Amino acid sequence: MSEKRLPPTMSDPHVKADDQRKAVAAQLHTLIVCEQCDAVFSRLSFAPDESAFCRQCGAVLYRGSRLTTRDLLALTFAAAILFIVANVAPAIRITVSGMHNEVTLWEAVAALWHGYAVVMGVLAGIALIAVPALQIALLLWILGFAALDRRAPGAAMGLRLLHAMRPWSMIEVFMLGVLVAIVKLSALLHVVPGPGTYATMALAILLAIIAKRDVRSLWNRLPAH
Amino acid sequence: MEPAAGALTNPPRASSLGIVACGVCGSVQPADATACTRCGAPLRRQKRDSLARTWALLIAALIFYVPANALPVMYTKVLGPGGESTILEGIVEFWKSGSWDIATLIFVASVGVPVTKFLVIGTLLLAAHRRTTWARPQRARLYRFVEAIGYWSMLDVIVVALVSALLHFRALGTAEPRLGIVFFGLVVVLMMLAAASFDARLIWSADT
Repeated sequence: MSEKRLPPTMSDPHVKADDQRKAVAAQLHTLIVCEQCDAVFSRLSFAPDESAFCRQCGAVLYRGSRLTTRDLLALTFAAAILFIVANVAPAIRITVSGMHNEVTLWEAVAALWHGYAVVMGVLAGIALIAVPALQIALLLWILGFAALDRRAPGAAMGLRLLHAMRPWSMIEVFMLGVLVAIVKLSALLHVVPGPGTYATMALAILLAIIAKRDVRSLWNRLPAH
Repeated sequence: MEPAAGALTNPPRASSLGIVACGVCGSVQPADATACTRCGAPLRRQKRDSLARTWALLIAALIFYVPANALPVMYTKVLGPGGESTILEGIVEFWKSGSWDIATLIFVASVGVPVTKFLVIGTLLLAAHRRTTWARPQRARLYRFVEAIGYWSMLDVIVVALVSALLHFRALGTAEPRLGIVFFGLVVVLMMLAAASFDARLIWSADT
């Protein structure tokens, strides 16, 4: 747990509120506010892989990473390829009395597009296809420009979208769903995991690194212009 | 790291220093600003109508949880007579067939996670109304916990989707989603929205 020393003006109760506010306004960029409990700390310089936690509530204030912008871009390219594989290669194959069938990520979502289940079909389409695809596309765009030391057009909008989409990306749950479905059906049929399953596993890990943990630190990777 | 001066006193609040942090990018701005200068998002000192919205979403989710469990989630027919099953029947079926591990996994995702979320969000709301200082760090940790686990409940929806997509053999075997899965999925979404609309700062707002 790291703690950041407060500037003296803020911990001194004898300074008048007005003066205190002015002093604070002059040093906004040196402060960090806990989004979960509103506590204010002063920002010290971090080593790239150092994280800071709130002294009051324990929430993450800042999450460090050893990865450079180019590393992140490379991982995003890998995620893009895996996403395509996961959508075209079968995740599960089954055999019943000589008849075969297989299902990809895409087809599993499409299976819900009937009758009233379409509500869940839309949701699954968003959580398993649209959000991961958009996350990968936005990161390619923003990181691609950042790697060339340029700020991507629409970068601010893109990062806001990435922040909003974080909870709605559910590839890792799909992975667990594949496991359960295999066990469920293997009692009755011959079931084998397909290449799509392995692509989905790797994709879940990459998305957790590039898009899930900390979108905020991407702001610090953006050049000003 | 060396401790801050007077480590036992509480750190100052952003609201009392006349500053506000952008909820999207985290940059610190003066409290009278209306939009973040870095990312352009509107600035808010608190989540809007946090208590009322969270209550509404929690109650709606509790109501939907009844049909989610009472109605069948899937129809399956494999090499024999077909039948509909609810979430709990599905878990019992796994347990009886010897897959106690998968039965436990589905039980945790479909019953354990939503019920834990109901209880925790309910407790956080009641404590926020009473503006109590009781167990603040623990409540903060509980909030982060339920926020992180919520979406794993989508497991059942995904299993139904996969099995329905795979079993398309007419005479030999078919599977179709049933209405219960829609209610169940809506419970998951409503509880995710409830966790997101609860403002964790309410845990710390009583000034004592």
